[in-house]
Amino acid sequence: MLLGAVPFGMITGVSAVGAGLHPFDIVLMSGLVFAGASQIAAISLIASGGAIWAVVLTVAMVNLRHVMYSLALAPWLQRYGAFQRVLVSFLMVDQSFAATIVKYPRAGDDYPRVAYALGNGVPMWFTWVGATAAGALLGAQLPPEWQLDFAVPLLFLALLVPAVTTRPLLVAAVVAGALALALAPLPYNLGLMVGSLAGITAGVVVEGLTARTPAGRPAR
Amino acid sequence: MSRPEVWLVIVLSALVTLAERGAFLITTSRRPLPPLLQRALRYVPAAVFAAITLPALTRPSGVGLGPLDVRLLAGLVAGVVAWRTRNVTLTFVVGMALLWLLSWALA
Repeated sequence: MLLGAVPFGMITGVSAVGAGLHPFDIVLMSGLVFAGASQIAAISLIASGGAIWAVVLTVAMVNLRHVMYSLALAPWLQRYGAFQRVLVSFLMVDQSFAATIVKYPRAGDDYPRVAYALGNGVPMWFTWVGATAAGALLGAQLPPEWQLDFAVPLLFLALLVPAVTTRPLLVAAVVAGALALALAPLPYNLGLMVGSLAGITAGVVVEGLTARTPAGRPAR
Repeated sequence: MSRPEVWLVIVLSALVTLAERGAFLITTSRRPLPPLLQRALRYVPAAVFAAITLPALTRPSGVGLGPLDVRLLAGLVAGVVAWRTRNVTLTFVVGMALLWLLSWALA
């Protein structure tokens, strides 16, 4: 889990510097935002001249999945104080969520749940920030002819492909991608927003159409 | 974007992301999300990643093989690698290597 974050973090650092960010700024972003995919989206939009609010809105969209994680974890952590719940929230990433949501139902009532979450999240934070810093320092040494800004679409490709596991997800991706491409000339990255929302809608509609048996009941 | 603007983006992004992560954890709200919204959330990653990737891959770089831009070509091959291996590092290495090779050969 930690090892997977090293190359991802390094590539993020390298591509951020390749896209014109100051090395310190991408490390700062890793420490405060601590969400790889959204950081790469932000880098990509900053490099293509996006407006501040458009970049922040895109980060919010890419990180929307955390709302689902938050919902799933909340019942397990209600007995803890606010400070501990803020800490767990700040350090919650895909991998630590996956670990905790499997662990809590199996462990007893007196299990130290916050300690377990932090035991996952804290090493992940240091690994992520350290890997980004290493990548940013490396990227600052490399000449622009290496076209390292291309790392941004490559990373997203590597995130996109495994995310498409069902037919409705494929429809969502195709609709979103095609519309974003067609609307790319629009200002403020509106193509990205409109394309994403249309893709999400298409996915939900297709799921609704295919999940029903002829009798009109959910197939499952 | 100037550096202070980048810092503003970073601080606002950090706050928005913490709000999303803490939406239920920090508030310990017991009100569940509407089912339609829960379903829609599952389509966010695929849709958003595709909406970012496609325009970025097809942005012309000026070097191409006929109508096919080298970035699109390298991206297509990297997409196949991502699909077959699900390996982030390998996707990156193959995509970059192919971009360098094609740019060098066609420039």
